[in-house]
Amino acid sequence: MKRILLVIAFVTLYGLHQDFWFWRTAHPLVFGFVPIGLFYHACFSVAASLLMWLLVTFAWPSHLEEEIEGHSSQEDSAH
Amino acid sequence: MIPAIVVFIYLASVLYIGIFAFRRSKGSEKAEDYFLANRSLGPFVFLFSLFGTNMTAFAILGSSGHAFTNGIVTFGLMASSSGLVIPLTILLVGTRVWALGKKHGFMTPVQMFRDRWECSHIGTVIFAVQSVLLVPYIIIGIMGGGTTLNTISGGLVPYWFGGAIVALVVMGYVFFGGMRGTAWVNTFQTVLFLLFGTVAVIVIGTGMGGFRSAAQSMLASPALAPLLSRERISPLYFFSYTFIPLSAIAFPHILIFCLTARKMAQFKKTVIFYPLCILAIWLPCVFLGVMANRVTDVPQIKARQEARRVLATQGKAMAPAARDELREQAAGDDVILRLLERYAPLWLAGLLGAGIMAAVMASDSQILALSTMFTEDVFAFYGGKRRFGEAAQVHTGRLFIVLITMFAYAVALRAPETIFELAIQYAFSGYAALSPLLIAALFWKGSTKWGALASTVWVAAAVTAVAIFQQVVPAPAPGPPTLMWSLSGIEVLARTPGGTAVFGFMPVVPMVLVSALLMVVVSLITTKPKQSTLAKYFRFQNQ
Repeated sequence: MKRILLVIAFVTLYGLHQDFWFWRTAHPLVFGFVPIGLFYHACFSVAASLLMWLLVTFAWPSHLEEEIEGHSSQEDSAH
Repeated sequence: MIPAIVVFIYLASVLYIGIFAFRRSKGSEKAEDYFLANRSLGPFVFLFSLFGTNMTAFAILGSSGHAFTNGIVTFGLMASSSGLVIPLTILLVGTRVWALGKKHGFMTPVQMFRDRWECSHIGTVIFAVQSVLLVPYIIIGIMGGGTTLNTISGGLVPYWFGGAIVALVVMGYVFFGGMRGTAWVNTFQTVLFLLFGTVAVIVIGTGMGGFRSAAQSMLASPALAPLLSRERISPLYFFSYTFIPLSAIAFPHILIFCLTARKMAQFKKTVIFYPLCILAIWLPCVFLGVMANRVTDVPQIKARQEARRVLATQGKAMAPAARDELREQAAGDDVILRLLERYAPLWLAGLLGAGIMAAVMASDSQILALSTMFTEDVFAFYGGKRRFGEAAQVHTGRLFIVLITMFAYAVALRAPETIFELAIQYAFSGYAALSPLLIAALFWKGSTKWGALASTVWVAAAVTAVAIFQQVVPAPAPGPPTLMWSLSGIEVLARTPGGTAVFGFMPVVPMVLVSALLMVVVSLITTKPKQSTLAKYFRFQNQ
């Protein structure tokens, strides 16, 4: 279930990248000088970072770490 | 000349860091130490060097130049989509490659492919295609170095000499320092150019008298207002660009960097902070590139705008060669440098110039990656290591570094296209289309060497076809594309002012999709590797 939610979050964010709703307008100018299309994509980058934090927290491939640690300790004992 | 002196001091510093790193590893002529820093990079160096490796001249000069011509769309095209796709691929693919490298001792992607698909010469074909696609990336660095030094010195350092200096410095620290030197230099450079963006925005914004009036006057100008929205770019073209970041993980220098982490936990910070690092470097560069259009007292920027205006109004009536020349004059790869020259105090312009050089010189990792690939995938694979020993392998790697740098420099002197176009059309699109190989190798038991060969040959053919098509059919003037082939009213193939469109998409879209399709179809009808081989790769997944 957790993984499905993360996949949905990724697909949603990927979809939100195509922000056709701000396509033909520069308004409003955020802070008086940043066009809304640029500001939106700056916020999108922050959202991407948050999604990565979720992925690292809830979908970290810890089995790879365990496998390698086991492999390394086997090698150490062989030496 | 003061900024150029500051930049020269910076170049001496990075050379010192490389030589210092060389001293640390002196006496141990081990290939794994020289090419992978003994798989021992800590979290801080791993994050900044991996990020820095992916930020080249393209990130500062290319992005601001593209934004100068195309507007704010540049950020959404490359930066925000990269912030989503690249860290995801590092998480899914990078960690797995790291684990396999640690377990089986791989040093290059081709070593892994050869083992995974039980092939030898097909691996050599993949090596050849990867190498040819990586060279343009190295050329970008040298071109950027030449442009930067030429501009910062006010023309005193000619382009050819600036490019030669950058090539020599990069070659020097890669030659002596190997991966450890390259990683430390990259870390130092990344910190520098992350600071660059914020400082540049403050200095240039103050110099221009604030951005509010500049933004308002751009909105009031019919010619410039479209640069603050995306109305000149089609949504299909915009969507196409989300395929480009797939190239990052397929680039050998990124994948090889993934092998250098001491622990897998070091990927965590890289994955989380990657989108924010991209934001910190791209947002100021894109914004300043757009705002450069309001600068009226810098003759070089005015000349570029004038060339753009003539191209838009008279381009259709011109001969293709004259149009190409004008397009080159209108390209804005140096606008950010011109802004610094105009608005920053001399000493600060020097420091900021050093920040730009830091990004420009990221080609070091590509040079090292090519050298690693040559020595491991060709020299060692075909018996060189066995016959001449490991020290000879490292010496061969160093010789290769010298030769590839000289070759890239020679090409950079003749390359006619802008930095951005060169990178996108050949290196990025090609590597994005090679990403199905990596994904199939790591996640699909059913993939075979013949599927890998079919995808690789397709990528080589498609990149060549695009290059030939764009040489034969001249780029049209700004406006509607030249339609080359349509089917029942659907535009199949068109030559656009900036490149090629296939069904309205950039070529990277069909290149990736067909590459993935060939991998699947050909693998389904050919023989799979042995169970014992598959067990090495898929036991991880508890399948």
